Amino acid sequence: MKKLLLALATTTAVLGFASAASAQEKAKICFVYVGSKTDGGWTQAHDIGRQQVEKELGDKVETQFLENVPEGPDAERAIERLARSGCGLVFTTSFGFMDATIKIAQKFPDVKFEHATGYKTAPNVATYNSRFYEGRYIQGQIAAKMSQKGVAGYIASFPIPEVVMGINSFVIGARSVNPDFKIKVVWANTWFDPGKEADAAKALIDQGVDVLTQHTDTTAPMQVAAERGIKAFGQASDMIAAGPQTQLTAIVDTWGAYYVKRTQAFIDGKWETTSSWDGLKDGILTMAPYTNMPDDVKAMAEATEAKIKSGELKPFTGPLNKQDGTAWLKEGEASDDATLLGMNFYVEGVDDKLPQ
Amino acid sequence: MGIVEAILLSVITAATPLVLAAAGELVAERSGVLNLGVEGMMIMGAVCAFAATQLSGSPYIGVLAGIAAGALFSLLFGFLTLTLVANQVATGLALTLLGLGVSGMLGESFLGMQGIKLQPIAVPLLSQVPFIGPLLFRQDAIFYLSIAIVAGIHWFLFRTRSGLKLRAVGDSHGSAHALGVDVIRTRYLAVLFGGACAGLAGAQLSLVYTPQWVENMSAGRGWIALALVVFASWRPWRVVAGGYLFGAVSISQLHAQAFGIGIPSQFLSSLPYMATIVVLILISHNRRMTLINTPASLGKPFVPDR
Repeated sequence: MKKLLLALATTTAVLGFASAASAQEKAKICFVYVGSKTDGGWTQAHDIGRQQVEKELGDKVETQFLENVPEGPDAERAIERLARSGCGLVFTTSFGFMDATIKIAQKFPDVKFEHATGYKTAPNVATYNSRFYEGRYIQGQIAAKMSQKGVAGYIASFPIPEVVMGINSFVIGARSVNPDFKIKVVWANTWFDPGKEADAAKALIDQGVDVLTQHTDTTAPMQVAAERGIKAFGQASDMIAAGPQTQLTAIVDTWGAYYVKRTQAFIDGKWETTSSWDGLKDGILTMAPYTNMPDDVKAMAEATEAKIKSGELKPFTGPLNKQDGTAWLKEGEASDDATLLGMNFYVEGVDDKLPQ
Repeated sequence: MGIVEAILLSVITAATPLVLAAAGELVAERSGVLNLGVEGMMIMGAVCAFAATQLSGSPYIGVLAGIAAGALFSLLFGFLTLTLVANQVATGLALTLLGLGVSGMLGESFLGMQGIKLQPIAVPLLSQVPFIGPLLFRQDAIFYLSIAIVAGIHWFLFRTRSGLKLRAVGDSHGSAHALGVDVIRTRYLAVLFGGACAGLAGAQLSLVYTPQWVENMSAGRGWIALALVVFASWRPWRVVAGGYLFGAVSISQLHAQAFGIGIPSQFLSSLPYMATIVVLILISHNRRMTLINTPASLGKPFVPDR
């Protein structure tokens, strides 16, 4: 018995030593995904970022990921498992992982965590997000130029600030071109249900919209738009394959550069808690090629994109009113980030009642 | 095209997979087998239909592949619950989880591919009738099949000797066995049929509803189909009524939103489910009627000569 115990102790020590040694050689970077890494949208974009880390940092890193992790208690277990298995830096890539990330981070003060799209930080938890709304502003402008009827359809997922912000930005962009522009909003109450998204697209088109945009994850709305011969915008990934004659542009999530930057900082021992909210200029989101539109519209879109990148144009700049007509931002006043991140109201011009 | 016509067209597309999967499950349940794996068989049908269509170029080959995939997958359930007498509820749940996983794996190389849509077939003359023509007689083959299958099931269950035997197996497998009916064989066939229907429903998803493949694209429709069977109190035509009611409520709530009616969207989204609950309450109110239609041996394992 004593012998056995001794053997066990030796093995543990050796194993412990081995893992410590390899940890010194290679940084272990881990990812927690809410969906499947081949979902064609949100999670796939994160996984492409992970692959970029492997490609660019090569031998210095080793990556690991857990996919299809449900938000809730399971997320805690998944994150804890990664933290225990020797991950040095863990990216949790869904809003719903916020509290789980904070909780596990307290248990593992030596492990660094990065949570996407959240707002809670800790000494070892950073947050990162992308200014998707900058792309939506450009889409709004394009929609206003392309629509003959002056009405766009918007398929929304859940009434969280991120989505409300996108709707507002789209409307502000559209009304900067056509002050009478209107949008119809349908809440699908899902991120991912091709059938329901297609039904929502059909309903909007049947009610007379002639440009379609979506904040849900599948290409089903794009397909319906293509079938009905109207134009549409892609979401999260370039969806041109689903509508070669249909897609005007798409907001493409490109997390890779950020992941490489942060991993490098981690390897160099320079990692710090940050709350980063990058935009078009940082390359964390890019616009898919402007297609299926006349040259003047394309030129306008490119000019707007350049202005946003240079910082000359901020989509949420006054004069802007809230939906009920009360003043929100004065002439020339730009909204602060905190208001945007907690956005729970519509701006003037949205033809929908915000679900509360 | 008027708005009513447009809404009805969307309703038909949304309801067809529910009707198909529920009709198949109804036959399995009538024989006394509760197969909770509808979602899994459906998604297997969807992925195989899509894959076969891509490889062969013909959506009709895809439809056949979907049917075959659903049936084959249900055979696994049959083997476990009928031959090995495993617990039906647990096996059904496992089948759903397995189907969702395996389909994701099989479909990986087909992600993002452009689907080929199953084209509508116009019925000569009838498709010219105003209003009804474009709605009912300019549809795809799977829609026609769904109606034919329900009619066929009704005829089979209530007008044929084999149907009577199947119902007997579901109501009292002991008595049916004593009378010389091969209980296990009957149940195998019923499970296979249910699987084939679920597979066809899956093919509708990836070839008609949204001609593409994405993981988990059935998005819970298998579970709704299961609820529909109870909703229909195991009567075939009521499955159609229930499926279309469900489809109608889910489509009209989207239209209500687009129209700008100020009702919270979460409430509207839950309407189809609430409608189901209300009808279930109304049905269960009449206890005798429920008992008459419920297969008495539903979910009970059968072990001959023991």
